[in-house]
Amino acid sequence: MDFLSNYDLLGAFWTTVQLTFWSAIGALVWGIVLAGMRVSPVWLMRAFATAYVNIVRNTPLTLIVVASSLGLYQALGVSLTTDKTTAALAITNFRLAVLAFVLYTGTFVAEAVRSGINTVPVGQAEAARALGLGFFQTLTLIVLPQALRSVVAPLASVLIALTKNTTVASAIGVAEAAVLMKTMLENEGQAGTLVFAVFAIGFVILTLPVGLLLGWLSKKVAVKR
Amino acid sequence: MRLSPVLRAGALVATLALAVTACGGKSQQVNSSSSLVDRAKADNKLTVGIKFDQPGLGLKTANGYTGFDVDVAKYIAKKLGVDENNITFKQAPSAQREDLIAQGDVDLVIATYTINDKRKQKVSFAGPYFVAGQDLLVKADNTSITGPDSLNGKKLCSVTGSTSAQTLQTKYANQVSLQNYGGYSECITGLLNGAIDAISTDDIILQGYAAANQGKLKVVGKPFTTEPYGIGFKKGDTKTQQALDEYIQAMEQDGSWKAALQKNFGSDYKVPSEPPITEK
Amino acid sequence: MSGAPSVLYDAPGPKAKVRNLVYSVVFLALLAAVAWFVFVALDDKGQFTSAMWSPFVQGDTWTVYLLPGLGTTLLAAVLAIVIALPVGAVFGIARLSDHVWIRVPAGVLVELFRAIPVLMLMLFANFFYDWYTDIDSDVRPLFAVVTGLVLYNGSVLAEVFRAGIESLPKGQSEAAYALGLRKTQTMLTILLPQAVTVMLPAIVSQLVVVVKDTALGSTILSFSDLLSNYRILPANYGNTIPTLVVIGLIYVVVNWVVTRLAAMLERRLSRRGRSTARPTAAASTTAVPVADMPTV
Repeated sequence: MDFLSNYDLLGAFWTTVQLTFWSAIGALVWGIVLAGMRVSPVWLMRAFATAYVNIVRNTPLTLIVVASSLGLYQALGVSLTTDKTTAALAITNFRLAVLAFVLYTGTFVAEAVRSGINTVPVGQAEAARALGLGFFQTLTLIVLPQALRSVVAPLASVLIALTKNTTVASAIGVAEAAVLMKTMLENEGQAGTLVFAVFAIGFVILTLPVGLLLGWLSKKVAVKR
Repeated sequence: MRLSPVLRAGALVATLALAVTACGGKSQQVNSSSSLVDRAKADNKLTVGIKFDQPGLGLKTANGYTGFDVDVAKYIAKKLGVDENNITFKQAPSAQREDLIAQGDVDLVIATYTINDKRKQKVSFAGPYFVAGQDLLVKADNTSITGPDSLNGKKLCSVTGSTSAQTLQTKYANQVSLQNYGGYSECITGLLNGAIDAISTDDIILQGYAAANQGKLKVVGKPFTTEPYGIGFKKGDTKTQQALDEYIQAMEQDGSWKAALQKNFGSDYKVPSEPPITEK
Repeated sequence: MSGAPSVLYDAPGPKAKVRNLVYSVVFLALLAAVAWFVFVALDDKGQFTSAMWSPFVQGDTWTVYLLPGLGTTLLAAVLAIVIALPVGAVFGIARLSDHVWIRVPAGVLVELFRAIPVLMLMLFANFFYDWYTDIDSDVRPLFAVVTGLVLYNGSVLAEVFRAGIESLPKGQSEAAYALGLRKTQTMLTILLPQAVTVMLPAIVSQLVVVVKDTALGSTILSFSDLLSNYRILPANYGNTIPTLVVIGLIYVVVNWVVTRLAAMLERRLSRRGRSTARPTAAASTTAVPVADMPTV
């Protein structure tokens, strides 16, 4: 077990946590915007959001992550940072990975939110319209607050999936848990099963509390009908 | 009840699939006690591990395999009495080369395989058939990078876990930012696009990329390490070692060695002198 | 809010129509601006030259690289789902067992494999086959990818099976017991066949997840699937971005076909479903809850 202390396990998992955190916030916002567009009265927005969700959801995440680095950064020169020090590259890679996760995970958030919107009784929106509220007000003041409460559980699954998906950032050299696991499997082959166990436990520790917490939250905030 | 025949059929398919894949996976046991030289002659078969994605050395193309390593393999095969059509090329990624040999998946590894003591504990080498050195690949119009010392503040690209990157990092790491990718092709596009300033690995590998992107990329030409490439095979097979050393020398002497280098790296490539055989 | 989203807004009057038009124009302008930025940046780097794209109209590119890659991708996906199905069924049923010593270990395994990233399962499987078996290195990445996918999707499908069986009305099993059937008989001849009917669309859409997940193997395990061509093709033609675009499109088309298939199946089953026992209200559609679980 001694060799474990030769590696920065906590550092790698901390990167995983940071990737998850920023991607989750971004994906939540982007997903709600997409869902809003999909139910909006403007045809073009509906068409865009539908096409976007259907295309991105059917593309492998690995391809999106690789494309963010090879396409966006290398070909288009988008570095997402003004940093000029030697740390710039690491910052760029981290942010590109977050961007890829947001673009991808946003589609799943959008689908969850849209199904949540469908659970809000028709009367709610009708009452809002009767009061003279417009589409944007109806959506943000009446429908979304109720819809979001009913989709905590599906969103929790999305968050857990996102946590695990951050390992794909290894493809563009972000130093997170999967990169360290690969390095350790190569260097410490004889203890490979132990290495795997360590990383498996790490992910159970990361995802289990999230599942339990959000499961409890979803029961607590559920709209009683 | 309606679907139960479907279910049963599904289960049958699953079992079959398991069985088939399990059988397909077993590699055929070869008689490992006899020397490769005898075995190759007797079976008229040779399996060689090469790189599949390195222009100039080992590249899988629409018309088969090309590169210097491939030409060396074909020459060796001819000397062993194996027809060119009976050579099987397998992909030998850097991290798996020792295992491929140890498990008998390949007879020979000719895949930019640097001879060193750590590897010699697991496999035997013949050669070297080429001595490379770690160098830098930059854009053709780049004048600011002249060697490893001028990398400060530049972006260097390498493959995750590669030793050449680690060497550079320990010597010059403080001022260079390192980009890791899964393969060199990502590094090359970055270099062409200007997102990456330099790529570091063995000069002959870089030469292959330079030749594949004629006029756009150049090798700096100041190697700062020595990497003797050998042919790897099962540890302890001395008969094969002697034979291979002999064939390598023959290739160097009859001109095919130089011709193969010029064919793969262009006629303006400066062919170095033949390296002396060290693995005897 | 069932059905049309139009309940969120009134039928547009003359003013709203103008406003919507303005929004459309602004949005279009925004999209066009982004598209223009991308186009200019790509054009600057010479990404639209014919040399970049012409490989994709040559037969060789397809027959040597892309189609074999697609074949490998589909092979891995089909193997994974075909093996994961019985595994999932066994574990799903085990979780419903009356015996604690079956139920709990099955539950722990299912939860464990759902918590570990598929990429790590593949990495470990690759390592395991490398060290402890003599599986040929040519097929080892395929084995590793399929194993990772089976472990993960087996546990996901276990939950699908469990939810599907639990969604059936209690009367089904009660009637079976009343007829004197044993627990195993009830499960195999009464519950499972009906549950599969409910779950089939969910299982087919899981195939989309599996197809996408096969791509995990190409960056880190040198699995020669469809995605892995993003390395080999540019090494020949220097056209990374066109290659990524074409590969992406192929995935989208394949998954679109699978999704259509799932929808078709769902329609057929919902028409036919009336003759068999209807699942209880909550799961009356394909919405076996875990099946919604979005993964990689």
